[in-house]
Amino acid sequence: MEHSSNHLLSVILFTPLVGALLLLFIPRESQNLHRLVGNLFGVLGFIASLSLLIHFPAGSAGYEFKEAADWIPSIGARYSLGADGISVLLVMLTTLLGMLAIASSWSAIQQRTKEYYILLLLLQTGMLGVFLSLDFFLFYVFWEVMLVPMYFLIGVWGSERRLYAAIKLFLYTLAGSVIMLLAILALYFNYAKTLPQGAMGTFDIPTLLAAAQQFPDSLKTWLFWGLFFAFAVKVPMFPFHTWLPDAHTEAPTAGSVILAGIVLKMGTYGFLRFSLPLLPTDAALRAKIIHMVIALSLISIIYGAVVCLRQKDTKRLLAYSSVSHLGFCTLGIFALTPQGLAGSVLQQINHGISTGALFLLFGVLYERRNTSLICEFGGLATPMPNFAAIYLIISLSSLGMPLLNGFIGEFTILQGVFSVSKTWAAWASVGIVLGAAYLLWLYQRTMLGPITHEANKSLPDLNPREYAVLLPLVALAFWIGIYPRPFFAYLEKPVQRIVQQVNPAFYQLTTSPSRTSSISFSSPTSNPVSPN
Amino acid sequence: MNSSGYFLSHLWLIPFFPLVSAAVMFFFGRRLPKDAVNLFCVGSVFLSFLHAMGATLKLFSLPADQRVYQQILFQWVTPGAMPTSTGLVNFVADWGCLLDPLSCVMVIVVTFVGFLIHVYSTGYMAHEGGYYRFFGYLNFFMFFMLTLVLANNLLLLFVGWEGVGLCSYLLIGFYFLKKSADDAGKKAFIVNRIGDAGFLLGLLLVAATFGTVRFTSQGLADPTAFSGILQSLASMVAQHQLAHGASVFTTIALLLFFGATGKSAQIPLHAWLPDAMEGPTPVSALIHAVTVVTAGVYLVARMSAIFQLAPVAMDIVAIIGATTAVFAATIALVQTNIKKILAYSSISQLGYMFLALGVGAFAAGIFHLMTHAFFKALLFLGAGSVIHSLSGQQDIRKMGGLRYTIPATSVPFIIATLAITGVPGLSGFFSNDQILGHAFNRHMMVDRYLALWVLGLITAGLTSLYMFRLLFETFYGMSRIPVESEGHIHESPKTMAVPLMILAFFSIVSGWLALPVLWGEQSPFERFLEPSLRGVEKDAGSITFGHHTLLVEYALMAGLVAFVVLGFWLAYKLYLEQPKLHTKLAASWPRLHNLLVHKYYVDEIYDALFVNRIKDLSTALSFFDSKVIDGLCLDGAGWLVRAFSRISMWWDKWVVDALVNTLGWFPKFLSMPVRMFQTGVFSTYAVFILIGLAILLGVYGHHVQTFMRTLH
Repeated sequence: MEHSSNHLLSVILFTPLVGALLLLFIPRESQNLHRLVGNLFGVLGFIASLSLLIHFPAGSAGYEFKEAADWIPSIGARYSLGADGISVLLVMLTTLLGMLAIASSWSAIQQRTKEYYILLLLLQTGMLGVFLSLDFFLFYVFWEVMLVPMYFLIGVWGSERRLYAAIKLFLYTLAGSVIMLLAILALYFNYAKTLPQGAMGTFDIPTLLAAAQQFPDSLKTWLFWGLFFAFAVKVPMFPFHTWLPDAHTEAPTAGSVILAGIVLKMGTYGFLRFSLPLLPTDAALRAKIIHMVIALSLISIIYGAVVCLRQKDTKRLLAYSSVSHLGFCTLGIFALTPQGLAGSVLQQINHGISTGALFLLFGVLYERRNTSLICEFGGLATPMPNFAAIYLIISLSSLGMPLLNGFIGEFTILQGVFSVSKTWAAWASVGIVLGAAYLLWLYQRTMLGPITHEANKSLPDLNPREYAVLLPLVALAFWIGIYPRPFFAYLEKPVQRIVQQVNPAFYQLTTSPSRTSSISFSSPTSNPVSPN
Repeated sequence: MNSSGYFLSHLWLIPFFPLVSAAVMFFFGRRLPKDAVNLFCVGSVFLSFLHAMGATLKLFSLPADQRVYQQILFQWVTPGAMPTSTGLVNFVADWGCLLDPLSCVMVIVVTFVGFLIHVYSTGYMAHEGGYYRFFGYLNFFMFFMLTLVLANNLLLLFVGWEGVGLCSYLLIGFYFLKKSADDAGKKAFIVNRIGDAGFLLGLLLVAATFGTVRFTSQGLADPTAFSGILQSLASMVAQHQLAHGASVFTTIALLLFFGATGKSAQIPLHAWLPDAMEGPTPVSALIHAVTVVTAGVYLVARMSAIFQLAPVAMDIVAIIGATTAVFAATIALVQTNIKKILAYSSISQLGYMFLALGVGAFAAGIFHLMTHAFFKALLFLGAGSVIHSLSGQQDIRKMGGLRYTIPATSVPFIIATLAITGVPGLSGFFSNDQILGHAFNRHMMVDRYLALWVLGLITAGLTSLYMFRLLFETFYGMSRIPVESEGHIHESPKTMAVPLMILAFFSIVSGWLALPVLWGEQSPFERFLEPSLRGVEKDAGSITFGHHTLLVEYALMAGLVAFVVLGFWLAYKLYLEQPKLHTKLAASWPRLHNLLVHKYYVDEIYDALFVNRIKDLSTALSFFDSKVIDGLCLDGAGWLVRAFSRISMWWDKWVVDALVNTLGWFPKFLSMPVRMFQTGVFSTYAVFILIGLAILLGVYGHHVQTFMRTLH
C-alpha cells in the first residue's frame, strides 16, 4: 500500500543490529561505553517502534508497512516484512522489555560487557524478526538466530549450572525447530506442486497459508503437528516445559526478563499465526486436535500452578508460573473465538509486563544478595518498603486482581473459552485460585514477617535506575487494567480476520431464531459498539 | 431526566474521594503530619457521605417508579464479539454508576458507618505505628466498597468485590511482622478467591445468557440504546425462551451464591472470618464483620430477579443461611476472645440475612443488613474501646465489672446488645421479626419452610444467650482483671466515645422504619426498596407469601420475645447468678464443649481434605517433573542417544573401519615383499643394483660374452 515505500519495519528490525555492529569497534576495556551504546540503542529501538503505534492505521485487519525484496531468488525466499495489530503489540512489548532489560544490566554485568551487549542487541533483532517476517524462510532464520545469543547469555553470564541449562535450552528448542523446518519445507513443496510446471515456489506466509486451506486433511494434520512441537517447546507447554525452569534459574536477570517476556510469546505467536490455519477441515478430526491442545493447556495451567507451591527458588517458581500463565494464552488461542484470541494476545502482553517485572524485581534482590533462594529472604518489607509495595502491585497484577492488567486478559480469555465449553472455563478458573495461593505465599515468605537473615537487615531500597526500569511496567499494568480499550482496538480486526479464516462457523451463529439480520452489533438487546 | 442535579450527576465522586485520599497516603503519607492524614482521610469519607446523602435525597424527591439513576463514565472492557442465546453480541462492560433504592441503602450505610469508623480510628490508632498506612488502607477499602455498591454492572461489582478482598488482606496483615497475621490475611484472600472463581463463572454465564452484564438499562438517558440483564430477562421470560426454574437460572444463582458464601463467610467458606480477627484493631475486624460480609447479601439482592426464577437455588440459599446461623451461634457460645465472639455472631447474623433472602424476603434481608450494620459496628467499636482501656486484653475471662469503670463504653454496648438480641423497641427486634415473619408466611404456603422458621427462632434464642453472656462476662459481675493492669483502666478519648453514641442512637431508631408493621401496614423501608427487588413479571411459579392477621403477627412477635427472654434467663443463671455453673456444665459435656471450642474442627477437616492434599499433589508433581519428565524422558533420551552413539562407534570401529582396514590391509599384505626392498636407503639400493647387476651378469653372462665376441 502507500506504506510500501516506507522502511519503518526495517529500521525497527535493524536498529539493535546497528548497535551491535557499532559495539564491535569499541575497545573491550571501555565498559561504560559499552553500557552507554547498549542502552542508547535499546532506547532508539523503542523510539523507532513508537512510530509504529502512531502510524498504524486504526481498524486495519491486514498487514501494514509491508516491505519486500528478493533475497534468494533461486528458491523463492524473499526479505518480506509486515505487521498487523497483533504483531504491533508484540513488537512494542519486545522493544520495551528489551530496552528495560538492557537498562537493568548496568551494574549487574561486570564481565565481558562488550560481548554481553552485542548479544543482547542481536537477540533483540532476532526476536523482532520473528514477529515481523512475512516469509517463512526469513522467519525460520530469525527463529534460529535468536537462539544463539540466548544460548551464550545463559552459558556465559549465568549462575552455577549455566552450561547445563544453556545446552538443555538449545537442544530442546533445536529439536522442535528441526521438525518445524521439515513442516515448512513440506508446505513449500506441496504448494510448488500445485503450480504450473516451471513456476517458482514461494515462502510467502500469507500465500502458503491460504494455499494450505486446499490441502487434504491428512497433510494439514501432519503440518500442524510438525509446527506444533516447535511452538509447544517455546511456549512452553506441558510436557515440553522442563527447559524453562533451568534456563530461568541460571540466566542473568536480563536474560530471564527477555526469555519470559518475549521468547515464550514466539511460541504462542506461532500458534495463532501458523498453526490455526493448518487445522484440518474435517470437524471430527479438528475437534480431536483442538481437544488435545486444550487438554495440554489446561494441564499446563494447573500443573504449573501446583508445582509452584513446592519451589525453593524464586526464579524457578516464576518459571513454573509462566507455564501456568501461558497455558491460559494457548487456551484462549484454541478456543477459536474473537475473545479467546484477543484475550490471549493481551494476556501475552500482560505476562510480559508482570512476569518481566517480577524477574526484574528478583534481579534487584539478586544483585544485592547474590542468591535467588526463597529461604534466604524474609521480612524484606522492613528494609525495602518501596520495593515491597511495587512487588505487591506486580504480584497482584500477575494473580489477576481487577484494575490491573492480568485480570483483563484472564477474564477475556475465560469469556472466549466459556462460550465454547463451560467445563474448560471451570478448570481454568482453578488456576486462578492457585495463582493467588503461590504468589501470596511467595510474597509472604520473602517480604513479610521478621527479618531472618542478618544480611537482609540493611538492604538498600530501590535506586533511581531501578525505579526507572520498574515504574513503566507498573504504569502499563494499571493502564491495561483500567483502560484496555486501545489495546483491544489493535486486536479487534486482526482477530476477527483469523476467526473468519479458521472458524467461519462462529460468525454464522448470528442468525438465531429471534434475529434475522447478520452481525447485529447495534441491535437493541446488544451493547452498542460506540457510545453515542 | 436531565434535571438530575449536582449530586446525581456527580455520583462517581462518591468512590473517587477516598481513592484520591488513599493515593495521597500511599505516595506522600510518610511525610505528612497526623493532622493532615486525618484531614484527608476522614474528610474524604465525609465528603463521600455528604454526596451520598445529597444523591439519596434527590432520589427520594422523585416518584417511586423513577428512582433509578445511572451514568456511564466510559467503556471499560471491550473484548469483542461473543455468542449468546440471542445471537452474536459485542460484549461491553462499562465503568458506570447506578443509584437505585437498593444501592442507596448500601451507600448510606457504608459511607455513614465508614465515616464513624474513620473518626473512631483517629483515636484508636493514635499511638500505633504506620498511622498513614492504616488510613490509606481504610480509604482504599472505602473506594472499593463504594465501587461495589454503586457499580452498574456485574463486572465492575466484581472489581469492588476483589478490591475489598485485597484490602482485607492488607488490613488483616497490617502488622506484617506477625506470622499469624500474615497467615490469616493469606487465608482470607485465598478462601475468598475460591468463592470468586464461582462468582466469575456465574458472571460469564450471565454474560453468555443475556449478552450483557449491565444490571438494568433503566435510569440512562436513552434506555432503549442499552441492554440490561433485567430487560433481557423480562423479554426472554415474556417470549417463553426461558421459564421459571430453568436450569440456567439455577446455575447462575448457585454460582453467584457460592461467591457470596466466600465474601459473606457462610458455610462452607466461612473459615476465614474468625481468623480475620487477627487484624490489628477492632476497626479492621469491624470492616470485615460489618461491611465486607454484606457484599454477598447485596449481590444476591442485586440479582434477585434471577434468584426469584430459581426456586431450587433459593431453597439452598435459605438452608445454608439458616444452618450457618445456628452453626455459628453455637460456636459463639463458648469462644473467649471478645472479637471472635463478635465474628461468629456476624457469621450467624449473616446467615439470618441469607435465610431472609432465601425465603424471598429480600427487603427484610437488606433491612437486617442495615440494622445489623449499626448495632454490630457499635459492638465492635465498643469491644475495641474495652480492649483499648484494658491495654490490649481480649479474653473475656479476664474482664468483668467494667460497667461502672468505663460508662461511656458500657452504656452503648448494653444498647447494642439489647438491639442485636431483639429486645422489643430496638432495631434488631424489628428486623428479626420481619425475617421470621416472612419465613413463617412462606411456611403457610409450603410446609417445608417450617423448619427454617424454627431454625430462625432457635438462632434468636442462641443469640440472646451468647450476647448476654458476653455482656455479663465483660461488664457485670466480679472483676477478673489481673491486678497489675487494673490501675491502667481508662476511658477512651472523645473521638472514640462520640461515634459510639451516634451508633447507639441508630441502633435504637433504625428499626422504627418498620414500625407501621405493628398496625398491619407494609414497612415503609420495604416499600422504598420494592422497585429494586421486584424482579420480572410474576408468573405461576413465583414466590408468594401467605397473609396473616394482625393477631398472628403479635403471636409471632411474642414467640420471638419468648426465645429472647429464654436466652437472657439462661445467660443470667449461668454467668451472673451462679458463675461457676457454666464451667460445671462444660465439664459435664466435655465432648460437646470441645467440639464447639474447636469450631466443629472445620479448619482441621479442610486441612486434611484439601490443603494437605494439594501440598501432596504439589510434591508428587514436582517429583514427576524432575524425575519423570527430566529424569526418565529427557535423561532417558540422553541415555538413548549416548547408547546409540556407542553402538555406532562400535559399528564404525569394528564393521565400517574394520572393512576399510581389511581392504587397506590386503594390498599392504600383497605389497609386503615389495616394501621390503623399498627401504629408501641409498647404499642398500646400491647393493641391490650390484646384486641385480651380478644376477644379470650371471644369467646373461654368456650373451654378453657372445656379444663381446662378435665385436671382436
